[in-house]
Amino acid sequence: MTITLRNLSAGYERHPAVHHVNGEFVPGSLTAIVGPNGGGKSTLLKALAGFVRPMTGSIDFGGLKPREIAYLPQQIDIDRSFPLSVAEVAALGLWPKIGAFGGMTAAHRAEVSRALGEVGMELFANRPIEALSTGQWQRVLFARLIIQNARVILLDEPFAAIDSRTAHDLTHILQYWQSEGRTVIAVMHDLTSVRLHFPRALLLAREAVAWGSTAEVLKDENLARAQKLAENWVEDPAACERPAA
Amino acid sequence: MICPFLDPAIKRALAGAILVTLGGAPLGVMLVLRRMSLMGDVIAHAILPGTAAGFILAGLSVPVMSVGGLIAGLVVAFLAGLASRFTSIREDANLATVYLLAVALGILMIALHGSAQDLEDILFGDAQAITPDLLVVMASVTAVTLFTLAIIYRPLIVESFDPVFMRSVQGRGGVYHVLFMMLLVLNMVEGYRMIGTMMAAGLMLIPAVTAQLWTRRLAAQIVMALALGIGSSVVGLWLAVCLKVPPGPAIILMTGALYGLSMLLGRYGSVRARYFPFRHLES
Repeated sequence: MTITLRNLSAGYERHPAVHHVNGEFVPGSLTAIVGPNGGGKSTLLKALAGFVRPMTGSIDFGGLKPREIAYLPQQIDIDRSFPLSVAEVAALGLWPKIGAFGGMTAAHRAEVSRALGEVGMELFANRPIEALSTGQWQRVLFARLIIQNARVILLDEPFAAIDSRTAHDLTHILQYWQSEGRTVIAVMHDLTSVRLHFPRALLLAREAVAWGSTAEVLKDENLARAQKLAENWVEDPAACERPAA
Repeated sequence: MICPFLDPAIKRALAGAILVTLGGAPLGVMLVLRRMSLMGDVIAHAILPGTAAGFILAGLSVPVMSVGGLIAGLVVAFLAGLASRFTSIREDANLATVYLLAVALGILMIALHGSAQDLEDILFGDAQAITPDLLVVMASVTAVTLFTLAIIYRPLIVESFDPVFMRSVQGRGGVYHVLFMMLLVLNMVEGYRMIGTMMAAGLMLIPAVTAQLWTRRLAAQIVMALALGIGSSVVGLWLAVCLKVPPGPAIILMTGALYGLSMLLGRYGSVRARYFPFRHLES
């Protein structure tokens, strides 16, 4: 179930944020996507989640079904004044099992409490989500991911704007997912954390500057090259002549 | 005039108001949650040219005017969606434009073909002219609404709360959005005879907004909106008969009175909660 990118370009309004990228995410790998702002990290994740269509090239999911891929976008997108409880939001992770109409059984309820326990939120099960801190809210979304039980998990800056204790706890969950054989791909900003906890990395500055073991990828010369590429992005680019296939 | 509800016409008006509330209150809560409160009002006005066309074709015939209203409401929703799809103007701006055009067209059609009284009946409703036949139609609409809502409750909430998640688990969010809009149009048509096209959205939205000031639980908000809507209908109708004023505005103003009271005294987000908060908890 390797995910293979073949000459992938993706973006918005003819401007590719991801430009002719080749490479693969092997099953059970834990990969951090890093790189300068505007370098296509989120776009690549959206393409993997099926939210952005490739402009050229393709993504081969190696037989993975779309419902086996979980996607957690950046936090900003969700309206937290919605009148739902912590347990109700976590229970949304049951969707792949019970869908739009199936009922929740006692076993499902137990699964929800167990997942809330794993993220340290079991005492908050009945609280309205409005009352949570940013870190607690991210813990709840992780509980939903645990319940979703997907083979591939995509996360967009999961630790942005949250406290270090929560980031620490949730990083352990990423590593646990990898130990269970899941493929985990996360867009990250904090290079120190990437060096400590992520075995593999992809340095993306529209093009894949480097892709492999984290120690190799995050070498100074690669980081400098990524920065240089980012500085050379022009206002009014010409049409790209590179072959699509 | 202590007990006006003995009069059969008033009994039917009361039954009508309760039927409109039963279907409308849950829809109103969903509208408010989806931040689409104005959408309800837009749809209520958008049905006008359809009801006018029905009126021109068949006189003041409720079934024909209802079908016309349903078609017009769906056409307006569809046209606004289409305009947003193919231009860069946002959907709310397109909806506002299309519905204002629909209102102008509807009023012109009625003015050309009917009397001032006809126009008034269509715009402001006539709760005391509800026939037993119409009650049956209204009861069916309410039954269909509640049945459909019960089935699509979960996906509709997930789609409203977190559409990105819905898409990521391959849920068909668009289907539920369309079903919801159809229920909305159906209920607006149901309400127009009762309280008129100008105010049909009021009985749906105002209790829903008021309920938000009292509870943060979704199910409780729906129950609360139902109770507020039915209470306003009973008291509003009673006052209308006693004071000899039109029932539609009386009912809406009654929901408004409860809204005002809740703004002052409500449990969450009210003036009371701001200046005289309850003692905070241990944790």
